Amino acid sequence: MDFVLATADDLRQALDGTLPETVPGNTLWVVVAAVFVLLMQAGFAMLEIGFSRMKNAGTGVAKILTNLSIAAVCYWAVGFAFAFGSEDVLGVSSSIIGSNGFLLQFSGNGAEAFPVMGFSDAVPEAKFLFQFAFCAVSLAIVWGSTLERIKYGAYVIYAIVFAAIIYPIGSHWVFGGGWLQTGNTPLMPTGMQDFAGSTAVHLIGATGALAALLLLGPRKGKYGPDGKPRAIPGHSMPLVGLGVIILFFGWFGFNPGSTLNITDTRLADVAVVTLLGAAGGVIGAFVATQIKQRTIDIGMVANGMIAGLVAITAPSGYVEAWAGPIIGFIAGLIVVFGVIWIDKKIDDPIGATSAHGLAGIWGTLACGLFTAPRLAEYNAFGNPDGGLFYSGSFEQLIAQAVGVVVAFTFVFGMSFATFWVIKQTLGLRVSAEDEEAGLDIVEHGMYGYPEQFIPRSEIASGLTGTPVAPAAPSPSGVTAATATPGEAPA
Amino acid sequence: MKMVVAYIRHEAFEPIRADLLEAGFPSLTITEVKGSGRQKAITEHYRGSELAVHLRPKLKLECVVETKDVEQIKDVILRHARTGSVGDGKLFILPVEDAVRIRTGEEGEEVLQAHDSEEVGIGGNTS
Repeated sequence: MDFVLATADDLRQALDGTLPETVPGNTLWVVVAAVFVLLMQAGFAMLEIGFSRMKNAGTGVAKILTNLSIAAVCYWAVGFAFAFGSEDVLGVSSSIIGSNGFLLQFSGNGAEAFPVMGFSDAVPEAKFLFQFAFCAVSLAIVWGSTLERIKYGAYVIYAIVFAAIIYPIGSHWVFGGGWLQTGNTPLMPTGMQDFAGSTAVHLIGATGALAALLLLGPRKGKYGPDGKPRAIPGHSMPLVGLGVIILFFGWFGFNPGSTLNITDTRLADVAVVTLLGAAGGVIGAFVATQIKQRTIDIGMVANGMIAGLVAITAPSGYVEAWAGPIIGFIAGLIVVFGVIWIDKKIDDPIGATSAHGLAGIWGTLACGLFTAPRLAEYNAFGNPDGGLFYSGSFEQLIAQAVGVVVAFTFVFGMSFATFWVIKQTLGLRVSAEDEEAGLDIVEHGMYGYPEQFIPRSEIASGLTGTPVAPAAPSPSGVTAATATPGEAPA
Repeated sequence: MKMVVAYIRHEAFEPIRADLLEAGFPSLTITEVKGSGRQKAITEHYRGSELAVHLRPKLKLECVVETKDVEQIKDVILRHARTGSVGDGKLFILPVEDAVRIRTGEEGEEVLQAHDSEEVGIGGNTS
């Protein structure tokens, strides 16, 4: 094997003048969309940090960067091949697990190697970058729920398993050409539809979060002696808002980018549907929180936008624009009641299990209701007669439901096992004292907001372990204050 | 010598400070504090859970004056800090044993003397 990037071929063709003229434009769009989706990491970071207390504000930064980096290497090494590769491996059909493109080295041309993305002639490296960005989003979703109490080491181990095995296989089944997508099973009347990953990305991430939460337990003080949940307010709603709007922005790479091309111009349609889904989500959450607690809960409205976006992700390439606000609105209602319901028993500080989990399930099922026949036919997955509202048939809805159940079961089983092993060996949770002190100082030896915890006088002198000489009683005596560590008496 | 300690609403401080300065009492200290009294708790609604906040933010104002000036200080504080609603705060007067100006080492009541307004730098003169 030559071990060169496949674009070497494209480069040769470009020099020969034989490169099809659609390739550069489609490639550009996929790379730009991938970069949009990578920016969503900033969104997740700000969202999580805003929902944390000040003593846990810094750890989110290190966590997002560490996870992203581990996932990048694992997804490049094996994940992408498992998720999108064309070949059978060890007698296991490629509808269960793919195998082609380890380390981005593959046999055949790009369309043969990664057949489900073969309709686009964007170069495979662009598609890899785009799909990796999705993997990173899914992984980021896992951690929001585990804020303020999980050990840092758990991130590292789970990130490897997730990016190399759990996400690639789960997403392969749902939108990588696997058995759920093709409907190649007696369980399903037709193939599952998930345009950009309500199930493949969001539900999978939220399911990992649920598995972690069940083993991790609530934060100290979350439940009172009466068993009722108590509020542990996050320290910055403005950061939450910034995070949500960055995610919103990134979603315009996420859904429209899933067209993987510009030549059929569908990216604009998908972008409009995405916008309407997000709007519906905010309005739904606004209404629900007003009914439920007579105030407009800031965090809930933020969750509403995310829920709307999550729910519209699967249908965004399958439905007409009118369905967008409806799907989003229902997701907005679901997320508010979901957060309150889940909060009664499980401490999910950020609401990922609702915003990504419940809304992801709803969005996936929504395809079974709203999918337009023309778009089902165009995408060539599922029942070409469309969803229930067009065809009067439950076929697509059943396929969606089976897909959700299978994906949830697989990811939950794998994640629970992984977290269980981590819990038995390394330990999943920091000690009660460490939790009280905050993860910033315990795990990182520093604070996200130092001046909040360290008196200014301490930061200014800051000579650890060096006794400062008492000031001489002379009016102009400033020797002690200006002494450098080297000059200070030992 | 007496120390006047007042727990007041934030918005009351600025007129008090201005009036005391005008009357020649520039020396005071404030601290941001939280406390409880007859004022009711604030209920925060956060993601479906409620959180009762019993401690309210207040401002603690301290100034040490000659005993003869206490009434004047008290009047100024009462005039501006009283809204008539629950939560206006309280005022305490404590005896003080001694006072020392750190810059010069002077001791006793003279370090507390009321100042002329020219002397205390109204209008940005901070020298």
